[in-house]
Amino acid sequence: MATTATGEIGAGGRPVAAASNLSARMARSWRRNGAGYLFLTPWLIGFFGLTLGPTLASLYLSFTDYDLLTPPRWAGLKNYEYAFFQDERLRHALWVTFQYVIWAVPLKLAVALALAMALDRSVRGVGLYRAAFYLPSLLGASVAIALLWRLIFGADGLVNHLLFVILGIKGPGWVTHPDYALWTLIALAVWQFGSPMIIFLAGLRQIPQDLYEAASMDGAGPPRQFFRITLPLLAPVIFFNLVFQTIEAFKAFTQAFIVSGGKGGPVDSTLFYSLYLYIEAFENFRMGYASALAWLLLVIIGVFTAIAFLTSRYWVYYEDEGR
Amino acid sequence: MASLELRNVVKRFGAVEIIHGVDLTIEDGEFVVFVGPSGCGKSTLLRMIAGLEGISAGEIYIDGELVNDVAAAKRGLAMVFQSYALYPHMSVRKNLSFGLETMGAPKAEIRNRVAEAAEILQINELLERRPGQLSGGQRQRVAIGRAIVREPRIFLFDEPLSNLDAELRVQMRVEINKLHRRLGTTMIFVTHDQVEAMTLADRIVVLRAGVIEQVGTPLDLYNHPANLFVAGFIGSPRMNFLAAEMVAGEGEARIRGRSGLDLAFPAADPRRPDQEKVTFGVRPEHLRIADPTSAMLTGEVQIAEHLGGETFLYVSLPSGETIVVEIKGQAAVRSGERVGIDVDASACHVFGGDGLVIGRDAGSELPSSAARGEQAPAQAAPL
Repeated sequence: MATTATGEIGAGGRPVAAASNLSARMARSWRRNGAGYLFLTPWLIGFFGLTLGPTLASLYLSFTDYDLLTPPRWAGLKNYEYAFFQDERLRHALWVTFQYVIWAVPLKLAVALALAMALDRSVRGVGLYRAAFYLPSLLGASVAIALLWRLIFGADGLVNHLLFVILGIKGPGWVTHPDYALWTLIALAVWQFGSPMIIFLAGLRQIPQDLYEAASMDGAGPPRQFFRITLPLLAPVIFFNLVFQTIEAFKAFTQAFIVSGGKGGPVDSTLFYSLYLYIEAFENFRMGYASALAWLLLVIIGVFTAIAFLTSRYWVYYEDEGR
Repeated sequence: MASLELRNVVKRFGAVEIIHGVDLTIEDGEFVVFVGPSGCGKSTLLRMIAGLEGISAGEIYIDGELVNDVAAAKRGLAMVFQSYALYPHMSVRKNLSFGLETMGAPKAEIRNRVAEAAEILQINELLERRPGQLSGGQRQRVAIGRAIVREPRIFLFDEPLSNLDAELRVQMRVEINKLHRRLGTTMIFVTHDQVEAMTLADRIVVLRAGVIEQVGTPLDLYNHPANLFVAGFIGSPRMNFLAAEMVAGEGEARIRGRSGLDLAFPAADPRRPDQEKVTFGVRPEHLRIADPTSAMLTGEVQIAEHLGGETFLYVSLPSGETIVVEIKGQAAVRSGERVGIDVDASACHVFGGDGLVIGRDAGSELPSSAARGEQAPAQAAPL
């Protein structure tokens, strides 16, 4: 109260006093929050230097012709026009990516939820199982595992070997046949169910046990309990995993790059959007066009996320909701 | 409506035995309260009756039918949980109808039963709301409503009032009482609050450490506790206990304590030793303030609690023991004052070294309330 009164007098009659008042206040604020800003510095440098800067730069580059060797030349909307109206390969890459998203995300979430439910009990050694099931997620996105998968699913790989020994079937080259290569990548993605599983586990732990007891007194068996209690109460977590995994799936790159040897083959069957973007940027040296593709991907992901959020009010129930 | 019988029911978790062979019969339409301190096994016992917890040994009969292996849903019971356990994502109406829908009841019947339950509990205007929008008392009603619509054979209440504030608790207590009278259904109610037990129960089952200490009507337990535990547990403020000695005499015994306590006690059991250490028990309302020069006990008032309708005096005796004296109405007694106390000899209790009550009737070997327990369906288990 006293401070406000002094401030008002200073502002009205004595501007000098007001200025010194302001600087005093800033000094006080710095003393109070200085350490906080200091601790934030590495992150701020990273954010501005490595995230925001390049992002804005790529926005600019998306309106230019830029081959990485000569300075960018302003091209207006040319890159976007090409992407929208002429680029057949982009359309194919989008189609491949959509298929990947549509299959990999729900399958991964289903597997993650099933295992989370299996692990959500106090059995001896359950911690070990949880760690073991999480392991693929730690390894899955790595180059080494993608290479390993390429070997395992190759024409002479372990999978075909086992198929032949056990069932007498001579399997195709899973990663070299255009009909199967994408499915192999989807399988690789589903196998990395660890992080949604951990989040599901945390979500399951939040559902009070006595709701299940009440439901069982009400005559609801396990399936009805699952559909009427577990799923609705887990909806916020499902929603989070869905959005997060969808974004991840749209951005998928490493597996396709490694398994297809960086080409998106065979016959462009694993030409993910990100991989196509990479090829345009670093193999065809069309950095301007690649930048435009990056921004289009951002918009596509934004649209899907928005759709998820808009529909969520019809299927996601939040405990703290006032409805 | 149904009767319930437990025969030598045991519960073990691994090697640890929680319930040590409980025998109990509950008559059709009775309101029985399980009461006891935390960890006495009362909730476990209720959950075993509900079918939510398996039983390790013994038998449970509902209306004469053995239900050991009958699933919770098939026992025809309904339970009100301590946390209410309302489905948070469903409206009140859905919460009420969920069980009936699960059992495939016709839509019209569901509608009628929900409407009826809502009417009984006066929650009509809440039907479209979600539990999150209700107050504690309203949630409690919905939880009870969910049980009512099922039209169960027995209602089970697991400490349903413990999450309510004191005022609401009293109010809900009255409502549950009314509900019992209206429906006439058998009800089993678990609580650690002996006031709830006293006010609600037709019969109280006092449990401690997985054993039934005593079964009886509220006043039975109050007037004739079978042992030290029940004597101390039932009644507030609790019964005063003084260390004493019982000396056998001709036809009667004398109870003598360190602070001048000296009473004739009409128990002369020839099988008891001539002289034994006992615990003398007397409720605060059976003590009277008297002239210090002539009173049996004298002591100094440590604290005087003036509640308006009654006054509680915490008096320390020369022996170092403290006793509580209840005076009806308002008494002009202050802390530090020296007072005399007389004991109503007809209303006192004597407990032997084993904690069991020593009968007042000469020659009686059974505690009076345990003798009553013989007629009552359940027998008090020994300490």
